[in-house]
Amino acid sequence: MIVRTLREIGVALVVVFLFTTLVLVVSGAPPLQAYMVLFQGSLGSWVKFTQVIKVWIPLTLCGCGLLFTFRIGLWNIGVEGQVMIGAVFTTWMLRAGGGRPEIAPLFIAASLAASVLGGALWAGIAGFLKTKGGVNEIFAGLGLNFVAQGVLLWLIFGPWKQPGVASMSGTETFPTELWLQAPALLRIPPLTLGIVTAALIATGLLLRHTRIGLELKAIGSNPSAAFLYGLRPSALMLLAMLFAGGFAGLAGNLQVTAVYHRLIPAISSNYGYLALLVVMLANYNIWLVAPVAFFFAGLNVGSIQLPMLLQLDSSLSGVIQGALVLATLGMHGWRRIRLNREQAKQRL
Amino acid sequence: MRVDLVDIRKHYGFVKANDGVNLSVAPGEIHGVLGENGAGKSTLMKILSGFTARTSGSIVVDGRPVDYRSTAEAFRFGIGMLYQDPLDFPQMTVVDNFVLGQSGEVSLRRDAVQACFQTLADSFNFQLNPEAPVDSLTVGERQQLELLRLLSSGIQVLILDEPTTGISSAQKELLYTALRRLAGEGKSVLLVSHKLEDVETLCDRVSVLRLGRVTGSMVRPFDTEEILKMMFGARPHTPMRSAQPAGSEMLVMQQVSSSGGRCGLVDCSVVIRAGEVVGLAGLEGSGQEVFLRLACGLKRPQKGAIRFFGRTVLNNKYNYFKLIGAYFLPTARLEEGLIPGLTITEHLALQDERRPFRVDYAEAAEAAARRIANFRIKGLPQTSVEELSGGNQQRLLLSFLPPKPHLLLLENPTRGLDLESVNWVWGHLQSFSRNGTSIVFSSPELDEILMVAHRVLVFFNGRIIMDIPASAASVQEIGRAIAGKQQTTS
Repeated sequence: MIVRTLREIGVALVVVFLFTTLVLVVSGAPPLQAYMVLFQGSLGSWVKFTQVIKVWIPLTLCGCGLLFTFRIGLWNIGVEGQVMIGAVFTTWMLRAGGGRPEIAPLFIAASLAASVLGGALWAGIAGFLKTKGGVNEIFAGLGLNFVAQGVLLWLIFGPWKQPGVASMSGTETFPTELWLQAPALLRIPPLTLGIVTAALIATGLLLRHTRIGLELKAIGSNPSAAFLYGLRPSALMLLAMLFAGGFAGLAGNLQVTAVYHRLIPAISSNYGYLALLVVMLANYNIWLVAPVAFFFAGLNVGSIQLPMLLQLDSSLSGVIQGALVLATLGMHGWRRIRLNREQAKQRL
Repeated sequence: MRVDLVDIRKHYGFVKANDGVNLSVAPGEIHGVLGENGAGKSTLMKILSGFTARTSGSIVVDGRPVDYRSTAEAFRFGIGMLYQDPLDFPQMTVVDNFVLGQSGEVSLRRDAVQACFQTLADSFNFQLNPEAPVDSLTVGERQQLELLRLLSSGIQVLILDEPTTGISSAQKELLYTALRRLAGEGKSVLLVSHKLEDVETLCDRVSVLRLGRVTGSMVRPFDTEEILKMMFGARPHTPMRSAQPAGSEMLVMQQVSSSGGRCGLVDCSVVIRAGEVVGLAGLEGSGQEVFLRLACGLKRPQKGAIRFFGRTVLNNKYNYFKLIGAYFLPTARLEEGLIPGLTITEHLALQDERRPFRVDYAEAAEAAARRIANFRIKGLPQTSVEELSGGNQQRLLLSFLPPKPHLLLLENPTRGLDLESVNWVWGHLQSFSRNGTSIVFSSPELDEILMVAHRVLVFFNGRIIMDIPASAASVQEIGRAIAGKQQTTS
């Protein structure tokens, strides 16, 4: 299974490599040089590498949460808004702790809990609309994303604006005692790495070795039979949404406490949407989520220098990511057709 | 048109679905193809219809070898197949579906097509409303539509795969008449079935397949014993009704009404006693499915009371019924009963209620292996349920039942099973009923009901219009009730 997925990703990579090269040639850029810039911009130095890791962390966290919703057959497109609300709840908690350096760690801990709650709340609204109101979770999620963005901007330009001036650059930077501290050499707060590792392990255990994981899979595979087995699809859908929202909220928290140290309008940086692609490309496999997220993070960071060095738009990374996912989805579709054909033959 | 199939082989890896089949159909002949599940009859028919490519062998039409790669090409040679599940567009109207089958013309002359449809339908006595959406039709009516569509495009060889499954006896009669007429017009008809009775009443000749080979062929008059021997090697024993129990009241329904299905359920009052086997007869969708779902709590009644062991059931949720020992097995095994994509092991883990949090997959795999052995399921613990055959899926569902349930509610429990599996299933179910379990089951086959049930309830239009002991029932009497000829309820 995992070998097949890896092989498919390999084929997709080759196809996308050829396609991207074509795009580069057509736009008149030297392909080799562009790839070099991408590589050096992401893995060329320790500093660059740590920047990639900083992107990898929220991608992986969102990916973990999305595994729960995908498992039960939900498209939690609202993950983007859940990241934003997680960041809002974090900021709210940290603002309360401002000016009291002696108990700052307490507020950081509280902000972690608040972000999980906030993200879960936001996802819970979509889940509630889905299970009680019959609203498709994609539409509910998309709508809530806009609402979250609105809330975020209103806070930054309204109640939480910097003294004297409201600015796109976000709220006032928090005092350093409210930051997750990173050793100078490592450049990444060790706590964030711990949180991601814990998230990956917890997700893997929950999905593979507990009733929750099995029941999510059962309902995702056949909601109408699940009832016969005494399962409650609505409750489990809500639970999956809460998990997804919780992880996304956590990602929002780390964006504030470990990366920007303030609330900015682009706090979620589209990492939620990107995580949807990561999980799809990983074929909903927990083992592949971390490496695929790393690859995507590398592309994101690596493409930052493209405009400066090659006068190429940095959206090249988006082209590659989008093409990759399309290629993978195409391969999944192809495999399903082939499988169906074989099964149809066998059933005769 | 004369069709000869010569040395047809179809191999799937090591599996030989067809292993050198020779079969000939003469013009004007109704040719029955018999065989148990997996004998290779469907494969053979799908090869003839162009749906499946053969590994080797040749198809000879009127003395001329032909080669085609798709159903469309087979169509051009005049060969068409009526599939078990009609291939139509449910949201569109009858006449639109009819038009879609017609070849050629870009512009549609609706009036002309409708008139043509009406003439054809009338000539067969098919009562189809041309403007009705197809998803409002019964299986039998959809089959009639499909048949008309095939005929209007001028086919000469008609293949039917289990055409009498799920249709009413009136529709069956119409179908028989239509097929006899087609044969009279010189068309060849191939009828695949596992129902001996169908084949014996209709066919001029039968061929029996077993394990991918033709084991024999016979012309009218048929010797049932001989045919069974060709199908199974030896005559399978038929399950018999167990002795009539005199148990206490178990499930009581009083004036229960509910919506759902084609006609809902109206004013249903019934008493089911312990150890009783009750057969629900009637046209498909006459209220039996609503009755079963109400009895197990999958549906709530709009009116009336349901009592289980003398206690009024208020909290009708399926879990509650399961707790007190009522179990339901739906007919749509892969749609409602099992979870495609999950393995046998995972199904057992899902039902292990002793473990609220962690799942012990090793233990579940052992449990799966035990059930597989006890219920003679052809599969492995790690086999996904959708890979099992229908018979094995049913065995698996039965293996999920606890050792001593109080009430079993079974919706068409032998649907699509071959005779051997049917016997096995009933043998197993009767061992439950000997221990005091009540069994309520629906079935479109009156024979099956009369063979195993103590009591027959006949449903018509959402009402129970007949309730008699099976020993006192005559087929004619029940048949009349099924067709809606009202009688006094005893």
